Amino acid sequence: MTRPPTETGTSDPYLEVEGLVKRYGWKTALAGVSFAVYPGECFLVLGPNGAGKSTLLRLLAGVVRPSAGRIAWFGRDAMPVPLDVRARLGVVMHRTMLDPELSVQENLHYFARLYRVSEAASRIREVVVLLGIEERLHERVRQLSRGYQQRVALARALLHRPSVLLLDEPDTGLDQASRRRLVALVREHCAHGGAVIMTTHAQELGIEVATKAVYLERGRVLWSARDAGELREALAGSASLVAV
Amino acid sequence: MLSQLWAIVQRDLLSEWRAREVVIGMLVMALLTLLVFNFAFDLTGAQRVASGSGAFWVAVVFATLLGFGRATALERQEGAWEGLLLSPVERPVIFLAKLVSMLSFVVVVEAVALVVMAVLFGLPVFRSGVLVVLALGTLGLCTLGTLFSVMTAQAKAREVLLPALLFPLAIPVVISAVRGTVLELSGFSAEAAPWKSLLGGFVVLFFSLSLVTFGAVAEE
Repeated sequence: MTRPPTETGTSDPYLEVEGLVKRYGWKTALAGVSFAVYPGECFLVLGPNGAGKSTLLRLLAGVVRPSAGRIAWFGRDAMPVPLDVRARLGVVMHRTMLDPELSVQENLHYFARLYRVSEAASRIREVVVLLGIEERLHERVRQLSRGYQQRVALARALLHRPSVLLLDEPDTGLDQASRRRLVALVREHCAHGGAVIMTTHAQELGIEVATKAVYLERGRVLWSARDAGELREALAGSASLVAV
Repeated sequence: MLSQLWAIVQRDLLSEWRAREVVIGMLVMALLTLLVFNFAFDLTGAQRVASGSGAFWVAVVFATLLGFGRATALERQEGAWEGLLLSPVERPVIFLAKLVSMLSFVVVVEAVALVVMAVLFGLPVFRSGVLVVLALGTLGLCTLGTLFSVMTAQAKAREVLLPALLFPLAIPVVISAVRGTVLELSGFSAEAAPWKSLLGGFVVLFFSLSLVTFGAVAEE
């Protein structure tokens, strides 16, 4: 896979979102959200429960279609998300997307075939070592703890070497060691020119990895932070927020 | 494309082989239906063929419906369906894979049900003409079932919605299949031919429509 330039903002954005709206019946889950994500960035989406964070990620992944607005992946309109764009996204949602009756290895092998991963066996070995799940490779997913299942879900998302990771509360169920592994993984991904769009309730985790952030409330952007410093100040209750 | 299709089918079959949550339920439903019909109708007279054919297709329709409901619920449980939709697989390939998986389950149930029907009703069910009608009817039912189980999967009242949508559209398939089966079992193959043609026509129509609309249906 060719890697894009790594300096933030120096190349075309991976993702541009303009005036994104999502309504479910009378309820507005997202009300006109706009932002851009560049290669090398870790874009954090913060907000309380029901703010629209998961809806935003589901829209970006193409699981649901927006009611209004525009999503452009890699410089192209992406509604619906084309197959070649799907192949460049690694997605972790609330649910693991794994088959509980299959072993870790069988699940990863299944997704490797769906994503046409070349040299699947060696790539599977790489990701299971990266996530520290090599000793559970032959266990069925339903026998694993929530934390282990989450690690397998992360392995699945990384399997096809995606350009962008969409992570919806990826730290769910993870212990401290696994969280540190997640932080390292996100930094490594961004350092190699990939991008990460992540939601989390764990602010300390967000501060460690984020290069940009937005705070959503009731589907609207309440504030945004242009860099890690602004994010720290914002989360600390500082006044130096960017009003949107 | 074939590799992706086969990957999905293999996963479905392996998962079901281990969990046995779909086929067992379908089998119980089909066998109970045949058994009840066996005791409810007079099987000594001329109505034996008609009763047997009707009982068989009622059993298949109920079992198929149950199977689709359970398979869809299992697929959604851990988000495996979303995982499939997010992957770079063409929607028609997903449709075909899901159809092949469900056909495999239904064929297993039908094989057992046919043997039971042969024993209980004393009918010569393993004739080529009967098997052709069975194949076409099953394909028609499963095609519609695959489409509508995906369409109703997100709905709150999906257990009610699936039969409500599936039954009306499946009526032409079921009627043609029952008439074709009765005539084939009675030894009137020539008279069964128009019913088989009609059945084939419905299968082609539903299959084409499902293939085209599945992408839009699957996404929201």
